[in-house]
Amino acid sequence: MTPNKNGYYGKFGGAYIPEMLYPNVKYLKENYLKIIQSDSFQKEFKSLLKDYVGRPSPLYFAERLSKKYDTNIYLKREDLNHTGAHKINNTIGQILLAQELGKKRIIAETGAGQHGVATATVCALMGLECIVYMGEVDIERQAPNVSRMKMLGAEVRPAKSGSRTLKDATNEAIRDWIAHPVDTHYIIGSVVGPHPYPDMVALFQSVISEEMKWQLKEHVGRETPDSIIACVGGGSNAAGAFYHYLKDDKVRLIAVEAAGLGINTGESAATSVLGSEGVIHGSRTLLMQTDDGQIIEPYSISAGLDYPGIGPLHAHLIKTGRAEVLSATDDEALQAGYLLSKIEGIIPALESAHALAALEMMRFAKDEIVVVNLSGRGDKDLATYIKHQNRFE
Amino acid sequence: MNRLTKLFAEKRENILNIYFTAGYPKLDDLVEIGLALERSGVDILEIGIPYSDPLADGPTIQASSQQALKNGMNVRLLFTQVEDLRKHTEIPIILMGNFNQVMQYGENQFFRKCKEVGVDGVILPDMPTYVYEEQFKALFEELDLGITFLVAPQTELERLRKIDELTRGFVYVVSSAAITGGVGGVTDAQEAYFERITSYGWHHPTLIGFGIKDAQSFAKACKYANGAIIGSAFIRALADSQDLSETISDFVSEILPQDSP
Repeated sequence: MTPNKNGYYGKFGGAYIPEMLYPNVKYLKENYLKIIQSDSFQKEFKSLLKDYVGRPSPLYFAERLSKKYDTNIYLKREDLNHTGAHKINNTIGQILLAQELGKKRIIAETGAGQHGVATATVCALMGLECIVYMGEVDIERQAPNVSRMKMLGAEVRPAKSGSRTLKDATNEAIRDWIAHPVDTHYIIGSVVGPHPYPDMVALFQSVISEEMKWQLKEHVGRETPDSIIACVGGGSNAAGAFYHYLKDDKVRLIAVEAAGLGINTGESAATSVLGSEGVIHGSRTLLMQTDDGQIIEPYSISAGLDYPGIGPLHAHLIKTGRAEVLSATDDEALQAGYLLSKIEGIIPALESAHALAALEMMRFAKDEIVVVNLSGRGDKDLATYIKHQNRFE
Repeated sequence: MNRLTKLFAEKRENILNIYFTAGYPKLDDLVEIGLALERSGVDILEIGIPYSDPLADGPTIQASSQQALKNGMNVRLLFTQVEDLRKHTEIPIILMGNFNQVMQYGENQFFRKCKEVGVDGVILPDMPTYVYEEQFKALFEELDLGITFLVAPQTELERLRKIDELTRGFVYVVSSAAITGGVGGVTDAQEAYFERITSYGWHHPTLIGFGIKDAQSFAKACKYANGAIIGSAFIRALADSQDLSETISDFVSEILPQDSP
């Protein structure tokens, strides 16, 4: 699904940016497709995804999990990528783009730290300066990833305003970009931000569903599953997992948001339920805000889903009914994380655990094919898992 | 003719536009600050609508916005206070805010309300020009409401043309690639940029903003443009103020050339 010339999916998207960013964004908008679609770019992108990232990521039939839910569950193992999540698909693409644009300095925002690590990694690979903005709260709860970024040579700058989480890190990154428009490329980590970012990031992540098609064909003899489940904060892993099935209405697309302590507790990040139309980080989409248009600080146990907005593509898919939305609370996610660890030997990232929690809420036919996008591994979340161990073991 | 147009018809140089955040330092200071600025010889009042997540604002204005929101400022109250201020003065008033706040109020209602309470123009730095052109241009013309767009060092010629065409009132020349209240002062490289941008042949007056903080930087800006905008430096002065009227009178007299009325 491609946005229109101004970057809208239906009524969501666009580029709501101050003039200081206009030349950068315009140049990107006019050139990203040409660059990405060129043979030389594709050749290098694919070669790095294969040899450096370790793609294709396996599509694994989770037998014991399938038995528990009495259906056929496949896990798309993005957790097995280099750096431990799907985020690197995008940073590989964007670093090649940044080189094409002649940029020398890379900035990024990060929540869980997975995008920060993936950005620091590709900057190390290409020898570019890397600055990652991260909320102070997230720096604390995702300490292992902070250390990884530093070891990879990146500078981690704390975002100290607002809720000191992903939203504030994004604000700081945009401010940095405004102050350094010429030499700097901003690698946004999700399908958010001004056009063309949502489309660009979705394109880089679309490798997930591209692989799913032939992998399903090998496993079950057809390219299409009945359902695809993915967690949504900004929505990059979901965009990638849904991408090649968007036009096939027979495939159910299920986006799982973080309900935090519960949707109506005031401590939640379930944007599509709690949000209304507005502008955040340069795009028109759904966001959590007051009547006065002040952005509400979200909450989720998972730093990667702790975001008050949602990518404009998802806002469109949800509002038009193409995608269904479920939400999982902190506890439901933790429970699902423990379950997968116990019966499949896979410790999922807390973000991905939200997608797994949806299995508990849905009913499937015995012969149904369900794909859960396992967007990342749980190493970074061990401290959180262990903190709640006594309740879920 | 609105008050902005009238001002520019009468005055073409050393125009001083002062930015301050509504609801700061105290919730109800807007009227007092506005009137004190007018008495001190300021030409335009630019009132910031405090926002939780501003992108182009530096730490000083961000902090003032946070304080204002904590004080209880919101868009509706701001309109009430501006309406009150307007009863006492004919100085041009413009509002600066983020597009999301306008959306939540209802865009058309917001712009009509501006007119109703005596606002002369708006600056919404993140409103795309295509959105203005397609959705609101006709309404602005009907209301005779000003609209100011920003231009920055990397803004291309073709874009300047577009902005000049859409502007009603003045053009906001961003002094450098920076967020508000940056390093401050004016460098030689910036002067070269001012020279280039202001000699474009604008159909509208230009005011330079971002980093203008004192008499020297104001004078430099006025060499190239019709005037300048001061924000962060003024907010800093308010932060330390014991007596708003005195602080404001001192601040402005430091900035303006001595022979100015």
